[in-house]
Parts: sequence; structure tokens; C-alpha cells
Amino acid sequence: MSASNPAAPASPVRSLLARINLQQYVVYVGFLAIFLFFAVVLRDSGFLTQRNLVNIILQTAPATIMAIGLVFVLSAGDIDLSFGSTVAVSALCAAMAMAAMPAAAFPVGIWAGLGVGLLVGAINGVLIAWLRLPSFLVTLATMGLVAGIGRSLTQLRSIPVTDPLFTGIFGSGSLFGVPSLVIWTVVAVAIGHVVYRQTRFGAHVLATGDNARAAQVTGIKVSRIRLWVFMISGGLAGLAGLLYAGRLQAAKYTLGETDLMTVIAAVIVGGTLLNGGKGSVIGALVGSLLMGMLNNGLILMGLSVSDQMIVRGLIILVAVAVSLREKTR
Amino acid sequence: MLDTASAPVLELSNIRKAFGGIVAIEDFSLDVRAGEVVALVGDNGAGKSTLIKIISGVYAPTSGAIRIDGQEVSMPNATKAREHGIEVVYQDLALVDQQPVYMNLFLGRELTKGPFRVLDRRQMIAETDRLVTELDVRIPSAHATISDLSGGQRQGIAIARATHWARKLVLLDEPTAALGVAETAKVEKTVVALKSRNIGVLIISHSLDQVFRLSDRICVLRRGKQIGVRETANTDKNEIVSMITGV
Ligand SMILES: Nc1ncnc2c1ncn2[C@@H]1O[C@H](COP(=O)(O)OP(=O)(O)OP(=O)(O)O)[C@@H](O)[C@H]1O
Ligand SMILES: [Mg+2]
Repeated sequence: MSASNPAAPASPVRSLLARINLQQYVVYVGFLAIFLFFAVVLRDSGFLTQRNLVNIILQTAPATIMAIGLVFVLSAGDIDLSFGSTVAVSALCAAMAMAAMPAAAFPVGIWAGLGVGLLVGAINGVLIAWLRLPSFLVTLATMGLVAGIGRSLTQLRSIPVTDPLFTGIFGSGSLFGVPSLVIWTVVAVAIGHVVYRQTRFGAHVLATGDNARAAQVTGIKVSRIRLWVFMISGGLAGLAGLLYAGRLQAAKYTLGETDLMTVIAAVIVGGTLLNGGKGSVIGALVGSLLMGMLNNGLILMGLSVSDQMIVRGLIILVAVAVSLREKTR
Repeated sequence: MLDTASAPVLELSNIRKAFGGIVAIEDFSLDVRAGEVVALVGDNGAGKSTLIKIISGVYAPTSGAIRIDGQEVSMPNATKAREHGIEVVYQDLALVDQQPVYMNLFLGRELTKGPFRVLDRRQMIAETDRLVTELDVRIPSAHATISDLSGGQRQGIAIARATHWARKLVLLDEPTAALGVAETAKVEKTVVALKSRNIGVLIISHSLDQVFRLSDRICVLRRGKQIGVRETANTDKNEIVSMITGV
């Protein structure tokens, strides 16, 4: 009867086992399985080369950054559909601002890109947290609105980004041999993870998504938390826009267009619940890498674009089904 | 038992609450003194939970005054009530299901450490272990997730949280409705312990046996109207039942 003595757990091993939650490992197992599959099937197609593996990380950097924001939004019990189109407008505004003020291109570009993201996040947040509109509808609307603005801003043209400092820091540069996009990914994931797991803010986000009324009556400012998660999501979408603009040395309205599905899938597969209250930033990183690896492997296998889409859709379906089934066990 | 010398920690005067056209509470006045247990009884829908939510700041009263330690307070939100040392065990418990026990005990008041104010889980777990042992709440561990606990265990956590943080007043909304005999006895022991800490208790219960065991005074509510307040020592179940039902 260990239950009668809560102060002394039965044994360290047992309490450790009780705390390890198998469901959270689905993404890691899936990642390994797909990795091994490609490693065997594509052993002669260069999948395992360092160049290719690093490339996967570089390509997924913006999606990973967006995924961190989505973990916060979903954990708070909301959804954000607008980050994909925010990415494009952030990149476009950064590029246009840099073109307009080449003398101060670097800081102007950063502020324009992040500012647009934060602004969209703030608009979402105010409509959802204070006007109590459902986040699905609000962000569906802002997704379309922002996408329209992105198209009209430049009449569908792409804007070059030439500032070497900007393209270095947000694109092709490196520090001690580590590509800047890898650094961005690691730093964002590390900060996101610590804020999510180790701060009162993170705890309040989870409480809000789990039981908003309980959060409210224990003194948590639920509206403020909801505003913040949308600001985080918007701000990170802005950062993702800067990373796209830096890596591609150009901004176009199509940036981030296909990221919505990928990022949602990455986050869900990574162990974050759609209904809030539970999630993982590290899981989202692995989920995002899994999606990137899938992309890369399917291309190397020589599948046509349409076949890639079908296979990717099916795999996402399986992965999401598995991770959701595990959760309702 | 009744310590009439102590000043009321809570004074409600002429409280009225309407939800749109429905009047849930009509002209309600009551004092609760430090170390006093007042029972609030009445049939389903009488307005008992609504009254608790007004005191704890979930609802603002339509009119009327609330005084704590003689000072009039306007409590537009739950944070204010807590700052005044008022803790509540709600009928629906207000727990966060997917979080461990210790995070629920510290919900909204998480302990932090260091310059970056990271969560001090070790300290929260230690205090939780101490508290559940003290109150004899039988849970597997402080790490247990709320959704894995039984109804009685959850009730125990909600009560532990309230008694831990309360300084002046604890409001209990049907704390033993879902509990077995042994668990009910534990909760009643906890109420007596609060009394000895000189904390006022306002308890809602449908069990008149329990009400007569615990309370110093009994306040009866019928369809939002305050029917009367009796000293427990000077009344009996028959009188209370007829006040509740109106026959
Ligand atoms: N938020 C609300 N909006 C509208 N009416 C409400 C609201 N909350 C309570 N009421 C009404 O106020 C009345 C009193 O409800 P309350 O929950 O206080 O009853 P109660 O005495 O706690 O009953 P029970 O013993 O069943 O818990 C009911 O008629 C209820 O329908
Ligand atoms: Mg009630």
C-alpha cells in the first residue's frame, strides 16, 4: 500500500517509469523508423551525406520556428491558421524596407519583419482574447486577409534581398562552422523549451488551455495569456519570414504557403494536443525535422510532385492517427 | 462554541444578484466570524453556489456590499478575493486535469527560484508531499496527473489547496457530495482544523447531519430568498427542513 504514504514513492525506478510517458516517444520512434527506411532505400542516392542531412535542417528552420509558436497557441487551447501567410508579408515588408533604406538595411529589415508578425499576432490576440471570438474563425480570416495584402503589396513580384549582413545572419552565414540557420533553430527551440517548461508563463499557458475557468479563479490572467501566445506565434512567423528572405535572398508572396499543413502536422505528431493543456517544444522540433526528412527523402526517391503530396499526406495521416490514439489510450 | 467577541471576517449586506431577468439572490445579509463555521443550506437551484461565487469574486453582485475585516471591498475578480485571504473549493473543483498534483496546488502561485525565475518544482513537490500527508489525502504521489485520480482524491486536492492558502475564510461548495464515509470524516476533520486556525468557514452541504455536526450557525436559502439564520445549538432538523422546503 504505497498509496498510504505519499511522501515516500515505492521505488525510484517505479516512480521514474510512472513519469515517463510513452506517448511522447511516438515522434522519436517514427523519426528513427523513417530515417532508417530512407537510409537503407536511398543509400546510393546521397541521403546519408552530411551535406544532405545539414540541408534538411536548413530547409526546416523556418517551419521549426513557426512550430514553436504553434505549440504555445495550441497549448493555450487556441489555434492559429494565419502564421503561414504572415511569413510572406513579414519577408516582403522586410525586403521592401531594406530596399527603401539601404543605409540602415539590417536593423530596418529586422524591425519591419518582426513588427509585421507581432502586429498580426496582436490583432489576432485582441480579437480572440478580448472580443471572445473563436480563434479558428479569426485566424482563418486574418490568414486570407494577410495573404491578400501579401499579393497586393508587390503585384506578385519578388523583391531581392541584397544586404550581405542580413543574408549572412538570416541565411547563408555561419559561426565557428555552424550554419546560422542551425543556430537560429537551436536557440529558438532552447528558449521556447525553457519558457514552456520552466516558467510560470508556460505553466499558465497550459492551465489556460486545460481549464480556462480553473485558471481564471486561481488568479491567472487568461486574456493576457491568450494575447501573448498569439503575439509569440506572430513574432515567430515574422522571424521565419526573415529566415526565408535571408536564405533565398529574396521575398515573395508564396513564401510559407505550404507551411501551414506541415507545421500543424509537425506539432501534433510532436505530442502537442489539439485541445490544449499539453505539448512539447522538443517534440515539435523532431516533428518538424521528420516532415523535412520526409520531403527530402521523397524527392530523392524520384517521386513526382503530385505523388510526393499524396505520400506525404498519407504519412501525416498515419503519424497523426498514431500519436492521437496513443493519447486517448 | 460560538465566539461572539471576534469581529466578522466577512459581512454581506443586502446582496442581490440577477442574471438578466432571473433573480438568483435577493437581499442576502450574513456575517461570518473568525473561527466560525456557517452552513448554507437550501434546495437545488436555491442560489448557494451563486452566493459563493459572488464572495469569491467570480460574479459581481448586482447590488449590495461585501466587507472583509470591516473594510468594504469591491471584488471584481478572483485575484482580489485571494489577496484578501479567501479561498474557495468550487463544486466543480477548478483543477487542471493534465497537470500533476503539485502544479495544481500551486496553480497561479507557482514557486520560482534563481535570477531567471524558473519554476522551483522540487520545492513545490516537497510542500505538496508534506501537505497531503498532513491532511491524509491518499494519492499515489505529488507527480500524479489529476485526470488519473479518483473523484475523492481530486476533492482532497482541491480542499488541500484551499486550506493551504487560506488566511481568513474558506468557502466550501458541497465538499463531501461525492465522498465515501471515511473521506467525508477527513474533510470534516479539516474543517474543524480550519476553525482552530481561527479561519472562518462557509460550507454548503445537502447533508443536514453533517451541517449539525460541523456548524455554529445555519443559514437557509430558498429560491434566492434568505429564509433565516439559526444557531445550530438552538434549532433542530425539523425546523431547518421546514425552512428549506417552505412547508
Ligand atoms: N451564470 C448564470 N447565468 C444565469 N443563471 C444562472 C447562472 N448561474 C446560476 N444561475 C441560476 O441561478 C439559480 C441558482 O443557481 P445556483 O447554482 O446558485 O444553485 P445552488 O443553490 O448552488 O444549487 P445546487 O444545490 O444544485 O448546486 C439557478 O436558477 C440557476 O439557474
Ligand atoms: Mg451549487
